[in-house]
Amino acid sequence: MKINTTKVWSAAIAVSLTYTAAYADGHTADVYAPYAGTTLVVNFPAHPHYNAVLDVLPEFTEQTGIEVEVDQLQYLKMRERQTLELTKDEGDYDLIAYVVFSKADYVFADQLENLAKYFMNPKLSDPNYDAGDLIEGYVANIGIAGGEKGYLPGQTGSLFGIPFGSETSVLAYRKDIFEKHGIEVPTNYDQLLEVACQIPELEEGMGGMASRAASGHQASHAFLLHLAPLGGRVFDAEWNPIINSPEGVAAANALKTIVDCGPEGGTTFGPAEAAASFMQGTSAMFMDSIAFAAGFEDPSKSTVVGNVGYAMHPEGVRRGSQTGGFGIGIPTNAQNKEAAFLLMQWLTSKEQDLAIAMAGGNPSRFSTYEDAGLNEKYPYSATFGEALKYADPDWRPIIPTWGKINADIGTTMSQVLTEGLDIQEALDGVALRARAIMDEAGYYTWQ
Amino acid sequence: MTIARANRMTPYLFLAPAGAVLAVALFYPICYMIYASFLDWNPSQRIGEADWVGLRNYTKLFSDAAFRESMWVTIKFAGVVVTLEMLLGVGLAMLLDRNIRGMSVLRTLFILPMMIAPIVVGLMWRYMYHPTVGIFNKTLKSWGFDTIPWLSDGSWAFTSIIIADVWQWTPFIFILSLAALQSLPTSAIEASKIDGASGWQQIIYIKLPLMLPVLIVTLLLRLIDSFKVLEVILVMTNGGPGLSTEIMSIRINRTASEFRELGEAAAMSNLLLIVLLILTFAMFIYNKTLEVRAARMRAAEDAV
Repeated sequence: MKINTTKVWSAAIAVSLTYTAAYADGHTADVYAPYAGTTLVVNFPAHPHYNAVLDVLPEFTEQTGIEVEVDQLQYLKMRERQTLELTKDEGDYDLIAYVVFSKADYVFADQLENLAKYFMNPKLSDPNYDAGDLIEGYVANIGIAGGEKGYLPGQTGSLFGIPFGSETSVLAYRKDIFEKHGIEVPTNYDQLLEVACQIPELEEGMGGMASRAASGHQASHAFLLHLAPLGGRVFDAEWNPIINSPEGVAAANALKTIVDCGPEGGTTFGPAEAAASFMQGTSAMFMDSIAFAAGFEDPSKSTVVGNVGYAMHPEGVRRGSQTGGFGIGIPTNAQNKEAAFLLMQWLTSKEQDLAIAMAGGNPSRFSTYEDAGLNEKYPYSATFGEALKYADPDWRPIIPTWGKINADIGTTMSQVLTEGLDIQEALDGVALRARAIMDEAGYYTWQ
Repeated sequence: MTIARANRMTPYLFLAPAGAVLAVALFYPICYMIYASFLDWNPSQRIGEADWVGLRNYTKLFSDAAFRESMWVTIKFAGVVVTLEMLLGVGLAMLLDRNIRGMSVLRTLFILPMMIAPIVVGLMWRYMYHPTVGIFNKTLKSWGFDTIPWLSDGSWAFTSIIIADVWQWTPFIFILSLAALQSLPTSAIEASKIDGASGWQQIIYIKLPLMLPVLIVTLLLRLIDSFKVLEVILVMTNGGPGLSTEIMSIRINRTASEFRELGEAAAMSNLLLIVLLILTFAMFIYNKTLEVRAARMRAAEDAV
């Protein structure tokens, strides 16, 4: 007990010392003092971004005296654990990282704190936070709910989380192969599909583009990746399924072409297998999350280090790269909400966003992508920052019924890819079943 | 009087702890599952907050084409693997029922697949089936044959999971059949030899009928297990391509975690339980009738 008190005191003293030093410009020196000695329990996924976060966390404790205990879980496991934790009266987690599609479930069940009251609190909110610098598409996709369609920003929306470890899609290609055959980097979908099928003819044993395609979530993800830029959506503004529109058919055709001209066995690929195929040189292109880029440049895993170029997700009838990954939020049943907010604000501040990016994480801020130091270390950063300006927060709906519809799209796409199911017929089936699911969930109550 | 009563109570007293354990560990979860199957319950709610929907979860299941498909896949899978495993397992046992040197070492080797953790079995086969670097396709290629889309084509994927399951579970049947064979009364077999029965006749008329009770129990155990198989297939195909390998337990797993419909998942589990109970009872009744018939024949022989 005695030791504990001493510890707390020394921590508090350390904090006030650091803070008088750090904020010599005059603004509140002891923001963190009331919370020194608090232990925050946070739940993070095992993910490259969060591994980088672990590198900077000790700095937080040193600066603030707030201890942080990290419970790191595989990301699907994390969701199961959170589902249990968040329904308790008093939760164990003070801050959680959540997968984007959990936003719908957690907000709907009133399990995430509305962040307005924290940003309004002058004792907690840092005036230099610069929220405008946060990547807009990410905030719209991961942070805000209650606006348009319920899950997007809008007049009635508010903030429930902050993007942290978010991702978008870019096109990675083999510079050496493209140069060798004089191929231009595709900027639109016609070129992309043409190049994808040209490669296997030019390079023996090499597939055009490696893509996810495994039955279920993976195939659905791959299809939706093409749906948004090709002008399609899953639902219209009245929640009528329009996935079977000509745009939907075009997206499915694009996916089928890519998989048919892709590396052998591509129909069973998840993201890891697709990335491995690109790293092992059995495919010339890879269009997926930016999170894989660091792996391509890692000589212990990749045989294509230094030969990878990055371009923006090609344009269809519009630009639209995916948005996804994680955000952080405060559970309604958390026990140290204010301290948790301080940690959240600290982690997503300009300084720490950059520090985490330098350690291999995914930035949440435009300023980080423009940073010269980061661009020197990771030359692709500028392209990613550019791609993010077109990040589409609505490339897939974030609604509680999505899990079911997503699975149905995924298994049906897999049947299109492996069993030659007619595309129009397949998508008509998906639309019909989606309508039944939406009807049951009450989305047509007002019609 | 009281002593007599106490005496009568004694057995129940001794049974009580087992009964209590059963009630807590078996009946409570089953009742919970049955109760949950009548609720519209998503994992973000406590069970008390879930709405009572009566039989809706069950009626929905039967109109759900994906569920019917997975039911059919499960039945097909269980039927094929158990038949193959029984044939191979009993056959192997017949072949190896002799004094071979190092038999105990061989026996241990044979049951190795059973001892490997299912996740590892799944991963192992997934890599062996890998389209380019897997050993099967590499070998086929080096022999000049076309490669096979082991896991990337619906019907091949189904065949592939059957191969993996047969590989893993034939030893179970083998080892039980071997034990049954070795405990057969030698007198019956010797008598048949003296009567001039050939090897095949011995197997068909003496060994198999005598082994039957053991075989039926083995069959039942395997059948129940094959209806519940999850990990190996989850790792190998995760139910794909399409729904071609989506057995019931994968469907249940996805319904609970991906679709967040705990009520529906509970209803599916109950159906699976009912199917297994029916199977068990059928086997039990079949076994009973056989015994009764045997007893009657014995009685008839005695009468003569």
